Amino acid sequence: MTEENGAPGADGQEPSRRDFIYIAAGGAAAVGGGLVAWPFIDQMNPAADTLALGSIRVDVSVVAVGSEVTVMWRGGPVFIRHRTEEEIAEAQSVELDALPDEEARNDNLPTGTPGTDANRVLRPEFLIVKGNCTHLGCVPLGLGANTGDYDGWYCPCHGSHYDTSARIRRGPAPENLPVPDYFFETETTVKIGLSPEEASNSGWAVS
Amino acid sequence: MSGPSTYNPSTGIEKWLDDRLPIIRLGYDSFVDFPTPRNLNYWWTFGGILAVFLMIQIVSGIVLAMHYVAHEDYAFESVQRITRDVPFGWLIQSMHANGASFFFVAVYLHMFRGLYYGSYKAPREVLWILGVVIYLLMMATGFMGYVLPWGQMSYWGAMVITNLIGALPFIGDALREWLWGGFSVGQSTLNRFFSLHYLLPFVIAAVVGLHIWALHVPGNGNPVGLETRKGKDNKKDTLPFHPYYTVKDGFAIIVYLMVFAVFVFFLPTVLGHADNYIEADPLVTPAHIVPEWYYLPFYAILRAITFDIGPIDAKLGGVLAMFGAIGILFVLPWLDTSKVRSMRYRPLTRWFFIFFVVAALGLGWCGAVNPDDFVLGITGFKFLYLGQFLTFYYFAYFIIVLPVMGIIEKPKERPASIEAAVLGSDKA
Ligand code: HEM
Ligand code: FES
Repeated sequence: MTEENGAPGADGQEPSRRDFIYIAAGGAAAVGGGLVAWPFIDQMNPAADTLALGSIRVDVSVVAVGSEVTVMWRGGPVFIRHRTEEEIAEAQSVELDALPDEEARNDNLPTGTPGTDANRVLRPEFLIVKGNCTHLGCVPLGLGANTGDYDGWYCPCHGSHYDTSARIRRGPAPENLPVPDYFFETETTVKIGLSPEEASNSGWAVS
Repeated sequence: MSGPSTYNPSTGIEKWLDDRLPIIRLGYDSFVDFPTPRNLNYWWTFGGILAVFLMIQIVSGIVLAMHYVAHEDYAFESVQRITRDVPFGWLIQSMHANGASFFFVAVYLHMFRGLYYGSYKAPREVLWILGVVIYLLMMATGFMGYVLPWGQMSYWGAMVITNLIGALPFIGDALREWLWGGFSVGQSTLNRFFSLHYLLPFVIAAVVGLHIWALHVPGNGNPVGLETRKGKDNKKDTLPFHPYYTVKDGFAIIVYLMVFAVFVFFLPTVLGHADNYIEADPLVTPAHIVPEWYYLPFYAILRAITFDIGPIDAKLGGVLAMFGAIGILFVLPWLDTSKVRSMRYRPLTRWFFIFFVVAALGLGWCGAVNPDDFVLGITGFKFLYLGQFLTFYYFAYFIIVLPVMGIIEKPKERPASIEAAVLGSDKA
């Protein structure tokens, strides 16, 4: 490059002012391109109204001991099982190292919490979990259809067995069915979508 | 495009246009006077058939989109309404749904043609790669199209496939939510799939343009795998595309359309799945989720990986194998070490190829059934094991057979030229 505007640059020598302009302009174009691309990528993420569609209220007094209901929350199923004494005892008796997934997977608790039954329920009699198999998303069968080899749920798609705490015990599913944020508003109503802490912070009655 | 143009504008208007936009010249040189090997057989007609079916899908699809409602509460009903109430909706919907299947039949035959006759070898690597790109885009288009009628298979097929994305380490969950636009397959998912399903066929059309451009640089391959000679001998090896191949392609297209018509008019639903006539229900999964038939071999490969491979768990391993099965086609031109294109002259590899076709069909069979059922009722011989064996063979064909055969196999003697193969002695 010849000397221009007094810039001292020639081939293989000091970078010239023109080199600097090339690099600066190229860099600015790359950053600008990224800034323009981002809105077009981010628009596909869940929208504000989808995010706000957060919580539902369920009357659990209609769920008799030893039965379960499936409710729809955020476009997918949530299982609510009113567990019997035996089911609770069975869930509590399992050693952690018998679990393929040792984490609690409870949205109300920090990640890494061990997956004991106590860490997966607010009240032992009610087990509340999201109802999509953690393998590929099928809805496992439960009471009245097929509870699998561990008395919880059985996913017929590829044969995953869940126990009475909805923890994966056998089959291709990698994780326990996750526990959503929820709290008891009264003795008999559950609000799914807010953790007890969030609820009391925003002035909800927490029973 | 290959060789000098022979177009002679005959009228004043054509001359005028030719000086400004030589588009008639382009068409003439590409589809009228284009020198084409004189020995092409019917396996070479599927390219033309594919072009016809792309047009059928686009035209019927644009019409469907005038009546279709991309909303989780109305989509199912709107497709039913198209088939019952919209004038000729039954016909156009049937053309579109069956057209997708016939499109895939043609693309598979077209691809097997390429594998058998070595169409992917130099100097046609880019042509081949563009073909694989088209195939991938077709898979994406067909998948998203199948979601639109919002039946049970639509919904649960989408659920299973998007959950596969969730298997990717670190970014899986975020990526899945991004695809869904929510916390599950739902309204946002349906709406964006419709948008993309409308878009991708036009992207395909653009890549088809590149594909044909890349074809017209070296020209067609042919069943004996020899290049057409240059110079004055070129005429002896080739025929002008029109009328020789316009007629041959046209005949094949008509026959293929006749079979298509049988399905459109008399068997409009046989290629579909009964569960897709039940509206999508996010709370109930159908007993067996099966994809459309044209994805079955890849579904079988996905399910064949039931074991962890080092740090890769089974779920991710299955996903990688499935995408790898298509990805490997991109590098195929560099895996096959043989200089001989056509399997006609490769006595050993030919058998490996024939078994490769059998393996692909067998994988399709495995994909359609429960992996824990027994093959032909033979106790203990699960479809899973058959699927695993065939998956191994699928990859071995590309990674072991083709590289090794090119080195150890002794090819048969080939004719001296295309002319000799066609017009010469019977020996060739
Ligand atoms: C590469 C070309 C295409 C392929 C392979 C394809 C494939 C499919 C498939 C498999 C379905 C589901 C049919 C069913 O099971 O009922 C479908 C539906 C649909 N497609 Fe396409 N399509 C293509 C092009 C287009 C285009 C260009 C448009 C719009 C301009 C379109 C609009 C629609 C609509 C509105 C539906 C929903 C109605 C229905 O289910 O019949 N498609 N497509
Ligand atoms: S989706 Fe439940 S086991 Fe595969």
